[in-house]
Amino acid sequence: MDFTLSKQHEMVRKLFKDFAENEVKPMAQEVDETEQFPLENVQKMGKLGFLGIPVPKEYGGQGADILSYIMCVEELSKVCATTGVVVSAHTSLCADPILTYGTEEQKQKYLVPLAKGEKIGAFGLTEPGAGTDAQGVQTKAVLDGDEWVLNGSKCFITNGKYADFYIIIAYTDIVEDRRGRKVKKFSAFIVEKGTPGFTFGTKEKKMGIRGSATYELIFQDCRIPKENILGPRGKGFPIAMHTLDGGRIGIAAQALGIAEGALERTIEYTKERKQFGRAISAQQNTQFQLANMATKVEAAKMLVYKAALKKQEFADGKKVSYSVEAAMAKLAAAEVAMEVTTKAVQLFGGYGYIREYDVERMMRDAKITEIYEGTSEVQRMVISGSLLK
Amino acid sequence: MGLEEYKGVYVFAQQVDNELSGIAFELLGKAKELAKDLNTDVTAMLLGSDVKGLVDQLAEYGADKVIVVDDPELKNYRTEPYAHAVASIINEYKPEIVLVGATAIGRDLGPRVSARVATGLTADCTVLEIGDFPINPIPGKEQKHNQLLMTRPAFGGNTIATIACPDNRPQMATVRPGVMQKIDPIAGAKAEVIEYNPGFTPNNKYVEILDIVKEVSDTVDIMEAKILVSGGRGVGSAENFKMLQDLADVIGGTVSCSRAVVDNGWMPKELQVGQTGKTVRPNVYFAIGISGAIQHTAGMEESDIIIAINKDETAPIFDVADYGIVGDLNKIVPKLTEALKAVVK
Amino acid sequence: MKIVVCIKQVPDTKGGVKFNPDGTLDRGAMLTIMNPDDKAGLEAALRLKDEVGAEVTVLTMGLPKADEVLREAMAMGADNGILVTDRVLGGADTWATSTTLAGALRNIDYDLIITGRQAIDGDTAQVGPQISEHLDIPVISYAKAIKVEGDSVIVERQYDDGYHVVKAKMPCLVTALSELNEPRYMTPGGIFDAFEKEVTVWGRADLKDVDDSNLGLAGSPTKIAKASDKVRKGAGEKVALEADEAVTYIMDKLKEKHVI
Repeated sequence: MDFTLSKQHEMVRKLFKDFAENEVKPMAQEVDETEQFPLENVQKMGKLGFLGIPVPKEYGGQGADILSYIMCVEELSKVCATTGVVVSAHTSLCADPILTYGTEEQKQKYLVPLAKGEKIGAFGLTEPGAGTDAQGVQTKAVLDGDEWVLNGSKCFITNGKYADFYIIIAYTDIVEDRRGRKVKKFSAFIVEKGTPGFTFGTKEKKMGIRGSATYELIFQDCRIPKENILGPRGKGFPIAMHTLDGGRIGIAAQALGIAEGALERTIEYTKERKQFGRAISAQQNTQFQLANMATKVEAAKMLVYKAALKKQEFADGKKVSYSVEAAMAKLAAAEVAMEVTTKAVQLFGGYGYIREYDVERMMRDAKITEIYEGTSEVQRMVISGSLLK
Repeated sequence: MGLEEYKGVYVFAQQVDNELSGIAFELLGKAKELAKDLNTDVTAMLLGSDVKGLVDQLAEYGADKVIVVDDPELKNYRTEPYAHAVASIINEYKPEIVLVGATAIGRDLGPRVSARVATGLTADCTVLEIGDFPINPIPGKEQKHNQLLMTRPAFGGNTIATIACPDNRPQMATVRPGVMQKIDPIAGAKAEVIEYNPGFTPNNKYVEILDIVKEVSDTVDIMEAKILVSGGRGVGSAENFKMLQDLADVIGGTVSCSRAVVDNGWMPKELQVGQTGKTVRPNVYFAIGISGAIQHTAGMEESDIIIAINKDETAPIFDVADYGIVGDLNKIVPKLTEALKAVVK
Repeated sequence: MKIVVCIKQVPDTKGGVKFNPDGTLDRGAMLTIMNPDDKAGLEAALRLKDEVGAEVTVLTMGLPKADEVLREAMAMGADNGILVTDRVLGGADTWATSTTLAGALRNIDYDLIITGRQAIDGDTAQVGPQISEHLDIPVISYAKAIKVEGDSVIVERQYDDGYHVVKAKMPCLVTALSELNEPRYMTPGGIFDAFEKEVTVWGRADLKDVDDSNLGLAGSPTKIAKASDKVRKGAGEKVALEADEAVTYIMDKLKEKHVI
């Protein structure tokens, strides 16, 4: 067991940190204020290979590992959680399932441009009537000759409108289970932006990660080629769940980054800010709060990195599940992010509540990590399910 | 040959377009002091094409002798013919000290010459004096006297080192412009003129100048100013510098600034004081809204009088200021301008 | 074309300098970076590689840990890295550094050598020109633009009052200003590749045509007589005043000192 980062991981972190500080941080306030998708930085990241970090070189990726990808989301989220989630949704929810389940043709056609950063990816499972409960999914795909015909809508889709390729979960069959109940069987599809019948609905106005584009996707007799089914017909649900296992590690890294960013700023601020003639960092309350925050951040980090290493084992070809590790990482990191940012705002006092200082934004950004890609309650279900099986 | 055979303090009298650079006079001023301590004389090395007319000016600023190398190959500065000329003078006349300005020319010429004559070179010196090496006697080790002790900042001005070159001659230094004092010119002074030409044979090291582009800057040289009104981040905006300009106008000063101001794009780089900007030593330096990071103070702490205005009483600028005012610059500066108007008119 | 870029690992002075409790510089606590001027030189070489094709070798002299800065250069796109490290090379001044690097360069095929103008720890700007002298090749310092035409290099050479466009036949040495360009970022894949490659490590024995008397501390003509962290000038008066009082105070001082 070794908790030391290798030299190349240290260097990879330095790269992400430099990029985040120089390119992303100066834009973070504006991205939040104007709810603008950080397109220019996403394009820059694409050119630098940040959108294909764990993808093998033969598919246009960087051939680096999961931990490097996780550190990328973490470092970006330290300064701008919006930018962090763009990379996470693109990589974990779109590039990763194509890498895992795609045919060679699908990989050449879709994964290569995604990994090279020429195209952006997104993933659509959630619907107005179906979040945590997948059986509520109404979007339907029917095979008509050489084409699948999609009808229905998806909501709260990260990278919506800006993404070029979408992984869409729709039901393709209804079967009876052993007790005679009708059960939907799902399949996954790759849908390109611009396909007739595929349009965008409302853009959501959000509490946090305001620059990330969150859209409704609408499918009305949207016809896609037969070969755009991803993985076997009827296996869409396990594909979606497995994809979300990976996605959760990305969101856990985002939450970790938010917490670390808030902690760093709080340390700086409490050293500078004076009350009653001395820096507030000289007061024991501040010191103990900072100690608690740092300890929790470190604990979350261990879980996130452990989940990343477990997913690496899978990527290396071992038949292992990282579902529980991912759930624990996301549960812990999201709650730490919420707690640390709330404490940060408190230590900043009035300045923590105004937009001039980043901790206000970070506290708003943190909340979503307890909700999307499986709420904290869902994570508890996953974890307890494995304990009690 | 023994080191003691090397005699005299030599300076490289930099000229551009047949006009002597300020650094030439500054070096002469320092060389005169060193020569006095060593009981020797000061020689200026004047290189160029058609430059003999500059000899008297060098004499007025303290040169006892001038070695003139006048050759068409030396019309514009190029490393090789200049290095060849200076190295040849050193080999021929054997000076004990050679000073070169730490300018864009001198910092190219100095190292090339020092490598050619196989001696040490200390860069960008701010203090030069004659003393012993080692400074304090060490038992069992010879203490050499009459050594050139060269002091220079390093690490962005955070450290300072004093360097000697005890076993090689000449002792060479490049000297930061704006630090040494030129003497008041002695009208009518004459120097002994030695014309010397080592011969120039172009070879692979002679580069070709395809074009010369002059970038005329309409900003004044802050290194020449007697009074500087310098602003920092605390001034708040480019527009607020108007307030500093008004003060400068009424007191006959020039506006300068800190690095933060240049980084913010409020003022051009030519006006920046500090380690990565210019070193200044005016009679009066107003530091207005400047926190006083060492990066900045390294470039201005030699000013005769430093007056600092800053609202933060813990700002490090107060550690170098002669007169520090903790207060609001937005209120103080306009009122000061008004008060000065009344007095100056 | 073959280009060698000389780079140096230096303490990062940007984020402030750390001191030990006794007031001396705490070098261990400071992060290290690739010297900025050198990085601009490397970027210039990599652009030539992109435009006209070149093999780019990075060369550094330093402690074994300077390997890091070579890997960083390779992660940006340099093809090979050479580390010159040896106990006997320690404590070198610019002369002994330049003789060492020249000794290494004599083993390498090159058309163009690029160095940074100066390192942010020493600020001397001497090593580049000194190397060129030892190798008997032309030097163009203070480059703000570099291009290659046939067997020549054409450089915009910065001066205080403008610049010269200078042409030199290769082999040639050019020293680069930070203003030359905006260096590229590494890429994650580039970093992983850089750690799979070998860095060539040379010691004293690998240096060509250099006498022992020109190496390391013993071979350095300049000697440190005294070094200290900078002592600041003492503080003068400090007063907290309202605007009108402040103006009176300043006017009095200016009169006292005969400024007005």
